Amino acid sequence: MKLHLPNSAHLQNIEGFIRKYDPNGNPTILRVSGHPNYIHMHPVALAIAACAGATATFRGWKTTGSVPNVRSAPYLVRMKLFDYLSVRPPRKIEEHEESGRFVPITQIRTADDLRRTITNLIPLLHTNPSVADPIRYVVSELGRNVLEHANSRVGGFVCAQYFRDQRRIAIGMADAGIGIAAAIRQSHVAPTEPDALRLALTPGVTGVTPIIGGNETNAGAGLFFIRSIAKASGNFFVVYSGKTEYKLLRSQARPEVLFANPMLEGHTLVESLPDWQGTAIGIDINVDETTQFTSLLDLIRRSYKIDVDRSTAADYTKKIQFT
Amino acid sequence: MKTVVLARVVGTFAEDKDAAAKLRREVILPALAADESLEIDFGGVSLTTQSFIHALISEALRQHGEDALGRIYFRNCSTAPRGIIETVVQYVLEARNEPDAQGADERQESD
Repeated sequence: MKLHLPNSAHLQNIEGFIRKYDPNGNPTILRVSGHPNYIHMHPVALAIAACAGATATFRGWKTTGSVPNVRSAPYLVRMKLFDYLSVRPPRKIEEHEESGRFVPITQIRTADDLRRTITNLIPLLHTNPSVADPIRYVVSELGRNVLEHANSRVGGFVCAQYFRDQRRIAIGMADAGIGIAAAIRQSHVAPTEPDALRLALTPGVTGVTPIIGGNETNAGAGLFFIRSIAKASGNFFVVYSGKTEYKLLRSQARPEVLFANPMLEGHTLVESLPDWQGTAIGIDINVDETTQFTSLLDLIRRSYKIDVDRSTAADYTKKIQFT
Repeated sequence: MKTVVLARVVGTFAEDKDAAAKLRREVILPALAADESLEIDFGGVSLTTQSFIHALISEALRQHGEDALGRIYFRNCSTAPRGIIETVVQYVLEARNEPDAQGADERQESD
């Protein structure tokens, strides 16, 4: 297996990083390399790298290679990449207060891990709800997906970064589980990986039951909400599982319409990528410190629909008793 | 009437589905089965997830339909939890009352 830490891996060009990942070759060695001049990795790329490293360790593989001592190396160290990627850190750093800037790579294997991670986000972020709430929400939903659906022996890896000057949050999660196609096929017909991704991103569809709307514990709405949060803030959302990647493209902020069918959104679908045995999800969210996260959720609420005949549906919300 | 003070169980961010499932099994469903009313107090809860609210109330809505809405009172909801409760109630009851439910993969695209 080969993993190359690239010069640039934003969500808009993440395929460059993915295409250099090689799951084949010697099955007992993870070979790590990095760009000689500068390394920049979106949190989802960091999560994938950490997950690959932890998987290699779990399988008893040898990790070889090195990461060059580039100018951005301290960032990789602070994000705790080398806690999971078994190569020597290119340099030592002074630990110091990082409040409000990033959430380092964290491994989530149990519900307690997830609870602890979400609790620790608050002092790490040390910021207002417009920034903290989307991160808490997305980390919770992605973490639950890993725990409930992935069956990943190493759990999931999550990290986040807040770019204060751009008012942008970047979040990534990766696991080494069964992948979206296998999870969806437990209850639905999905001949191809793109079919499975479409279903997984459609509200009301979950791998745990063929019933639309889900069961008592799963609604099949988690990934729809997360891609909708990206869409509502006008930014990218990427799912990479197996050999297929779905990318929601950047759009105008505050769109009026969110589509239930992800293929109706502005998107790209890339097939025949290197086989990621698991699922990786990346999201960018624009945050406006004057706009509450609730306004994004409100747009999703107004747009949410599962695949039922609305011509006969009543507005049940009027019967809810809020006191 | 039974009262559940949510913040005492889950804190300010209601996301723990395990806690939601426990409340569903041990408090909400038994109360509705006994024809009792129930108050869920969201005071102090600033944010929740769709998954948490679904785990908390969807089964009650499936079992009792709109009648459940006549016996569950949502108290002290701030904007975010309120919006998510509305979303979950709407889609659960829409799906419950859909006469001809079938698998998503068997449907025509409807968008």
